[in-house]
Amino acid sequence: MSATTFAWLLLAFPLAGCVITALGWRALPGRAAGWIATAAIALSFAGSIGALADLLGRPGAERALTSSLYTYAAGGGLDVKLGILVDPLSVFMCLVVSGVSALIHLYSVAYLSSDRGYARFFSYLNFFVFSMLLLVLAGNLILLIVGWAFVGFASYALISFWYRRETATRAGMKAFVINVIGDVGLVLAAFFIFRDLGTFDYQGVFSAARQAFHANQGVAIAICLLLLVGAFAKSAQLPLHTWLPDAMEGPTPVSALIHAATMVTAGVYLIARMHPLFELAPTAADISAFIGLATLIFAATVALVVTDLKRIIAYSTISQIGYMVVGVSIGAYAAGMFHLMTHAFFKALLFMAAGSVISAMGGEQSIDRMSGFRRALPFTTATLLCGALALGGFPGTSGFFSKDEILAAGAARGGFYWVLAIGGYLAAFLTALYAFRIFFRVSHGEPCEEARELERGHLVHAEPFNPATGEREDTDVGFPGPKHHIAERSAPMRVAMAVLGALAILGGVVQIPGVDSAVSRFLDPSFATSALGGAVEVSAGDAWLGLLAGALVSLAGIAAAYYLFVARRGVTARLAERFRGLHRFLERKWYFDELYDALVYRPTIAAGRFANDVFERVVVQGIVSGTVGVVRGFGAAVRGAQSGFVRAYALLLIGGFAALGLYFLIASAGS
Amino acid sequence: MDVSWYLVLSALLFATGAAGVLIRRSPLVILLCLELMLNAGNLALVAFARANGNQDGQVLALVVMVVAACEVVVGLGLIVAMFRRRLPLNVDEMRELRG
Repeated sequence: MSATTFAWLLLAFPLAGCVITALGWRALPGRAAGWIATAAIALSFAGSIGALADLLGRPGAERALTSSLYTYAAGGGLDVKLGILVDPLSVFMCLVVSGVSALIHLYSVAYLSSDRGYARFFSYLNFFVFSMLLLVLAGNLILLIVGWAFVGFASYALISFWYRRETATRAGMKAFVINVIGDVGLVLAAFFIFRDLGTFDYQGVFSAARQAFHANQGVAIAICLLLLVGAFAKSAQLPLHTWLPDAMEGPTPVSALIHAATMVTAGVYLIARMHPLFELAPTAADISAFIGLATLIFAATVALVVTDLKRIIAYSTISQIGYMVVGVSIGAYAAGMFHLMTHAFFKALLFMAAGSVISAMGGEQSIDRMSGFRRALPFTTATLLCGALALGGFPGTSGFFSKDEILAAGAARGGFYWVLAIGGYLAAFLTALYAFRIFFRVSHGEPCEEARELERGHLVHAEPFNPATGEREDTDVGFPGPKHHIAERSAPMRVAMAVLGALAILGGVVQIPGVDSAVSRFLDPSFATSALGGAVEVSAGDAWLGLLAGALVSLAGIAAAYYLFVARRGVTARLAERFRGLHRFLERKWYFDELYDALVYRPTIAAGRFANDVFERVVVQGIVSGTVGVVRGFGAAVRGAQSGFVRAYALLLIGGFAALGLYFLIASAGS
Repeated sequence: MDVSWYLVLSALLFATGAAGVLIRRSPLVILLCLELMLNAGNLALVAFARANGNQDGQVLALVVMVVAACEVVVGLGLIVAMFRRRLPLNVDEMRELRG
């Protein structure tokens, strides 16, 4: 079978799984829906491996294959096919997406097993994976936009999964609205591309762009900036990041799958996919790189003070995606994609561990209430440690190699790109600090009440209260349910976490400077035409120098975290007291929500109120009631003639005819 | 005979009918007067038809007669219905359609 056949198959499995679990939810007993969905994604992963094997069997230059099922629209210069592009980049994304998704499905089989919306959950989850694979395999912009929008919808459905929870439905709406802003950017970019280049097909677009645009032409920059709007909305970069922390209202596997490992990296994929356009518009690429830098520093500072466990990890995701955006924007495409892969491993792992801890807390998410789970949750603590080590860039872990590769590329490009490297190392220190803040706060210290109960073998169950607002909740379908599952007691969760833990620690060995560079070599054909390939080439010596710096920064961060959260517990509270203004500023997330509230929400509401009070009442109502008044007045005037006397009507009739006859007589006599 | 005599007679009949419609209050008499007006029209039509030597006017007169017959059926039916319901047979008292 050729790679394209595998690609169609790996698209078909999740779709079939989605339909089967959606239609058969009543008939499927117990955990069957979960296993069917997991099997669908596992088959999809097998298909990705098949495609990979087929591509590896071909020479480098022939590794971009296209295939089309049917033609959507043809004629008038338009030629849109339901076509896919199978090249190293898309196959790489398929492997990451389907692989991590399969593990997260496995985790969810146990994690959500007492939820009454079990089959619905897996149907949504399979639909999400289908959409994401469609997005990465799309061979033209139209299909990309379709996948893009499907993914946005799946995200909305899953954030609002517990739809009895008002905070969850609101978060879903917020995510959807911001994603639609991105969709609009993407669609406008597609219009511009079609107007100037006359095609939607990737390969056609790229070859036409090289002829049609000269470097930094206005249109090229406009297209790239519009693409960036789409990418940044999906990837939660400044200033469109506010939806991602709120999206943590969804079930934890959703946070792991969509809002950490796969969907939010779609923006990074988009920039990498569109790299020929970005290389024609270096200004846009630079803007992108520096927004990535701003985002990664901003999110890391917020992650230091937020107390909601899942939100810390969410801000960490925003920050890590900032690294990827920096990487793909400066031309270090393979490094960005490599970080995307390792991040998918360790971030999904962190979320899974967080889910297990939150279950043990009975739904409580504040790390202020958590402590001392080391003995109660040994397995979860171990995986949390793996995730924290990889996130913090501990020497030898996967995150260590991938993050430093991006920063080394920034330094290699020289000039003002040095700022990116320096900022990246600064944020790497913060990353290590907050990664181990999570770990130490959860695992060390005096065991909290729930941890002591668990040590005695009793797992707390959730009270029907909303963890975000503390309100009492309706406990019907669309509610988390009182029972919880922890990794220590559920084999599927343990298996998924163990595999990801191993990958998080060891995933970096595929690409060690001077030793091996499997990812770069595999992705090379996709970026063969890149003009920046040489500029970001890092010699092995420089790379090891960068790694040394990264290792020092990471160890310093971990040491600082140990000092602050273990050796001197309570010093953080004093620091927060001392720098109250700064703490408040960070805790309110740099006031972004308040800013949007003041800039967008309030003016919109005010405009709506004005329209209702003034425009609607005075202008619209004025026109309507004015018309009514005119008609009524005219009617009143005419009504006088309607006396009801038959003979009066007859008189009018006869008199009228007589007058007409007289008139015509006189008129004809005159002529 | 000159056509003007027929026309004078027709005009006289029409005027009589119109006056009857305007003056009388009994629906029965108004109906009679309407018939008179219609037949005055018929007379004029037939007279013109003869004067011009073609049959169009005669055909139209036949049509008018059919219409008049229908009208009488409906009108008399109404009057009988009014009589049955013991409504006053006076058109001035039936003015519910006043605006």
